[in-house]
Formats: sequence, C-alpha cells, structure tokens
Amino acid sequence: MLYSVANLFRRRGFNIDSISVGPTEQEDLARMTVTVKGDDKTIEQVVKQLNKLIDVVKVTRLDPANVVTREMALIKVHVSETKARSDIMNYIDVFRGRVVDISPETLMVEITGGAEKINAFIDLMKPFGIKEIARTGITALSRGLKSVRIEE
Amino acid sequence: MTKMTGAQAFIEALKRQNAKVIFGIIGGATLPIYDVLYDSEVRHILCRHEQCAAHAADGYARASGKPGICMATSGPGATNLVTGIANAYMDSSPVIAFTGQVSTRTPDSSYMIGRDAFQEADIIGITTPITKYNYQVKEAAEIPKTVKMAFHIATTGRPGPVLIDIPKNTQTDTAEMEFSDGIEIRGYKPKYSPHPIQVKKATELLVGAEKPMILAGGGVTSSNAFQELLELAELLMAPVATTFMGKGCFPENHPLSIGNIGMHGTRAANQLILETDVLLAVGTRFSDRSTGKLGTFCSNKKIIHIDIDSAEIGKNLDVDIPIVADAKKALKAIYDSLIKQVKKRKDSVWFRRVKEVKEQLLNNATVEEGKDLKPQALLKELRKILPAEAIITTEVGQNQMWAALYYKALKPRTFISSGGLGTMGFGFPASLGAKVACPDRIVVDIAGDGSFIMTEQDLASSVEENIPVTVIVLNNSMLGMVAQWQRLFYNRRYSAVKLGRVPDFVKLAEAYGAQGVRIGSLNEFSKAVRKAIKSTVTTVIDVPVSPEENVFPMVPPGKGLDEVAIG
Repeated sequence: MLYSVANLFRRRGFNIDSISVGPTEQEDLARMTVTVKGDDKTIEQVVKQLNKLIDVVKVTRLDPANVVTREMALIKVHVSETKARSDIMNYIDVFRGRVVDISPETLMVEITGGAEKINAFIDLMKPFGIKEIARTGITALSRGLKSVRIEE
Repeated sequence: MTKMTGAQAFIEALKRQNAKVIFGIIGGATLPIYDVLYDSEVRHILCRHEQCAAHAADGYARASGKPGICMATSGPGATNLVTGIANAYMDSSPVIAFTGQVSTRTPDSSYMIGRDAFQEADIIGITTPITKYNYQVKEAAEIPKTVKMAFHIATTGRPGPVLIDIPKNTQTDTAEMEFSDGIEIRGYKPKYSPHPIQVKKATELLVGAEKPMILAGGGVTSSNAFQELLELAELLMAPVATTFMGKGCFPENHPLSIGNIGMHGTRAANQLILETDVLLAVGTRFSDRSTGKLGTFCSNKKIIHIDIDSAEIGKNLDVDIPIVADAKKALKAIYDSLIKQVKKRKDSVWFRRVKEVKEQLLNNATVEEGKDLKPQALLKELRKILPAEAIITTEVGQNQMWAALYYKALKPRTFISSGGLGTMGFGFPASLGAKVACPDRIVVDIAGDGSFIMTEQDLASSVEENIPVTVIVLNNSMLGMVAQWQRLFYNRRYSAVKLGRVPDFVKLAEAYGAQGVRIGSLNEFSKAVRKAIKSTVTTVIDVPVSPEENVFPMVPPGKGLDEVAIG
C-alpha cells in the first residue's frame, strides 16, 4: 500500500514532505499521514487521486488550524566537554526532550513536537556537531469530536 | 464450499463471470491453470506475443462492452503484457490480465518469490501505475473472491485494467473454495447518479444558451449512453463534436455531428467549439490532443463537465459546473430536467451557423485522383463498401488520423483505436479481439506499414484460430506521422523514419497462410476489399501510398484550435 501511495505522488509530480504509517484502533486498517505542499487545487487533486486507489478506504484533508501534529526525532550529538554537555542538557530541558543514550563522546536526544519545534532544536544542536538524525515524519489527528473513522 | 485446487477454482470463477474467451500464451508458471483449461469450455486463443494477447482482449472489450481477458506466464510473459495494459489504462478499457508467478513457497526455497527465481518479475510493482487495481494471490482459497473482485473493479465506475498475479503454488494447492454471490469492497463505491443540484445548474445554463454544443468522449461509449446523447443533442439542437476516443458514440452522418475536435479534428468542430457559449463535455478528460492550447479552448464559454471519475474534474481544466456521475444517468437527468422547460428546437440561428460551417469546412481537403493513391479517397471508398455495423480498428499514426477524418463511424463501438497511449501495433491484435467478440461482423484493421510490422506475427493466430479479418496497409515505406512532423517542424530532415520497401506484405501474409494482395488503383482497392471481407481467411491488402502525403487539417502541437494548418 505504501508503494502505491508513494508511487502515485511520484508519478503525478506531487511534492511530498513526509509520510508516516502505523496501525490504528481498527485492526485491519493502517493510517497514513502524508504532508503535502501545494496550492488548494493541487491538494484537491491529491485527495481525489488517493481516493481512486482501491485499497485506500478514506482520505481526509486535515485542516492545519484544527489539528494536532507531532513528530519525533532522535538526534545524536557529539559532546566531549563537560561545559557543552551541560549546555545541551539545558536546551533539552527547555524543549522537553529526553536523553535516551549517553556515551563518553555522544548524547542521544529524543524530542517530540511540531516540525517547527524540532527544526529549532536541531538548529541549536548544530554548533555542537550533530552526528545523526532520525525523524519519524509528521503524524496528526484533528481536534475534538471530529475523527477519521471507518464505520463497519 | 467445495474442495478443489486453485487452478480449478480459477476456471470455475471465470465461468461464473460468464467469461467465454481468454487470449494468452502458456508458460511454466501457468501450467496448472492450462491443465484445467484443457478440459474446459472456456475458449483459449493462443497468441504469438503477449502484447497481442493484451491488445486482443482490449479489442474484445471495446467491441463488445464486456471485459476482455488475457493471460501470460511469469517474468517475460507478464512484462510483455505491459504495453497492452498501459494502453487499456489510458483508454479506460476493462481488460483483465492474469499472470502466473513463481511460488510463494517451495520445499527448499529455491524457486520462490523474492529470490530472483527463474522467470520472476515483480509484475505488481511494474503495473501499479498502469492498472486500476492489481493484486497478488497469497493463498489458493483467495482465488474465487479475487477473480470476482477483478471483474467487478474492471467493469464498474470508470472501467480500467486489473491485473491478478497468481503464484504457481496457489494454483496447485487444494482448499475449501467459497464462491459467494455478493461483493463488498471498502473504499470502492463508484458514484453513478448525478447530484440534483448540479443537474439543475447545468439545466439553467443550457436553457439560457444561445449556442450550446456537446463534446462527447470515450465515457459515452463506456456507459452506453448513445441514445441519451442523441436525444439530448436533438432536444437542444446542439452540434455534437467527439474527442478521438468518443468517435462513434454519435452517428457521424447525423446533421448535428461535426466530427472530432483536436489536433487532427475536423475544421468544423475546431471552429464551432470556439464559437459555442455553453459546452457540455461528457466522458472526456480534456487531453492535450483534444483541447490544444487551453486558454484558447476555454475562452468565452461556460463548461459543464460530466465524468464518473471525480479526479478528472479540474485535473486539466477548471470548469463551471462539474457533475460526477455516469454519463448515461447524467445525460438522462439533464434531458428530463430540460424537457420540462424547453420545447424541442427545430431550427435556430446557431443551427444554421453549424450547417454553414459544416458545408464550408468539413473535410474539404481535395481528394482528386492523381498519380498516387490518396489514403483519404481510399477511406471514403471503404466507408461506401462497408455496412454500418462493420468494425474498424486502426494502428497509430497517419493511418489512424486519416481514418478518423475520412471514415465516418455510424454506430457505437465500430471505431476502435489506441487514443491515449498511441500504441503502434494495437490495431491488428485488437481487430482479432473484436472479431472474436463479434464473429458475424466484418472487421477491418486500417494499418500503416510501420505499425503493422510491430504485431504482424499474430497473423499466425488469426489463421490457426480461424479469426478472419482484413488488414489494409497504407504503405508509404515510412514512419509517416513522424516523417510529417519532420517535414513540418524539422526542415525535412528525415532522421530514422525510412523503412524501405520491406517486407513484401503479400508474401508475408502468404507465409502465414493468410491471403495477400497488392493494389494499384482505387478500383482495384474496392475489388480487393469486397473480396477480403467475404473471405474465410485473413487478407492483407498492401496499398502503396506516397511518402509525402500529410494528414491535414492539423493543429500544430501547443497551438490553439484556431490555428489550424490545412496543408
């Protein structure tokens, strides 16, 4: 399924920013959250083209104003000095991240939030020397009662 | 529940879908299916190339309106189907392709999917962008439901090709098979009925229209909306233009017919579509070849767009009133709504204008008898010879566009051609498929020498399987349409278009046990065709034509429909 969705974006020339996939509260359904850049007309085409895929059960365009988006990133930073280490710990605190691995030369940070928050944190880490970044891509749910559910 | 092998279940499932014919080539990965087929009443037509099997299934589908079935083995068999599947996808034709695949498991894992086994190809990956749906069977027990789904998806909504990949072990495995009647696919619910508000809006627009016009595409044929189209056109006294794919959905001898629009449309259609104030477009995707420059196409008119595929609305063109619905239902709804508000028009200023433009501009390319045989004259002659219900298929290139311009289609599904993909080599195998679907009707493939040679090997299946058709090769020893573009846009630098005087098509036909004849005059042509269409064996008529002949009128690529070159 991921293949046909990704292939569709490639083939039709839609710009895909991120894609995240996982199981849902309904056992036989997976949920994909796709972030797409484009004007209204393009996004409308994206929705229609996705709807044409037989295995796609439902497509919902989430309204950015009424949605909670989260992304998780693991960032491995190079740290040898104690001073740098304590500076980083302060930043992590402010960004509500967590240290998930420590070695004499590195720190691994887990940080969750909107894409902008993660980008800001990454910018802060750059001067220390980032060794590796892994990002999940955005996942999202609309606020309140509204939901994307498939009635059986 | 019945216990049987996957292969037995497969054939049983086909029979339950009322499948009569499979076009295909056997191979290692389909041996179990063919073993069951051996005792079955389902007819198998052995083609000589899988591409032909796919095109023949396509021709069968287009001539009959029923799904066409093709089958190939794994690996190269499957990949050889690809062009045919892509062709069916572009023209929304219900072709169902079954492919063998290496096993999902083997006792020593030496011959299974993912190990690059002998004749393994990822046909699911390859055909994902060119099928409406594809699926690889995982277990034998899935086969009945999968076959049913394939037919359902291929033939409903906007039709299109479906490919089912069947690993060899699922053919030989035994399972309890359930053949259910119903089918329910989450995420696939085609919408057929038009929204009443949209119908109302369309009606209002049409009531107020002074110069209404209808543009009918292949969707009218897919939904068999011929009668509805005719009634609506006559009610409105609206001229009907067709897209290339729509040719035949409206009788071209009708006073309201103005022929095809587009690059090689008639001058009348291309002129009148620029004059209309309300355009009702039905079952068309506004392809570049139909519209020319979009700015010119859209100017000074309101457009109503009916299509069953919502993604076609706004894809190429912004329209004023979109109607997502089946063409037949939508046209009927608009008619029913209009008839309450307007009287059937008999005459109008607009209709007089239509008549005037038609008289002045309709295919007035001069067709005098000179030294060379004129393809235009031959096609007009062919129209006189053939009965209305005869089926024409075409190859791709000049032959195709001459046929579109000079051979009038009078009945639905009598003009079968590769529109979207422009597949050279389509016409001949498609003619075989059409003949199998309609054995009592005359089927003629209008070919060029360049196209015919791409699939001529299926003369063998035509002879061996007793499928007599007539092939008219308009032979200019050139890849004529490309040569035309070189003549017009590349300063006559004829790069790689000269084919020479080979092969001898008469001898070629005879080598296969078919008949071959070369003609040198219009009179001989006429005689040869009359003889060929009565023959019980396929006839190839070799017609030498001038390599300098152009297809005109022509709207050069990227230009507006008002910039017609007439030669």
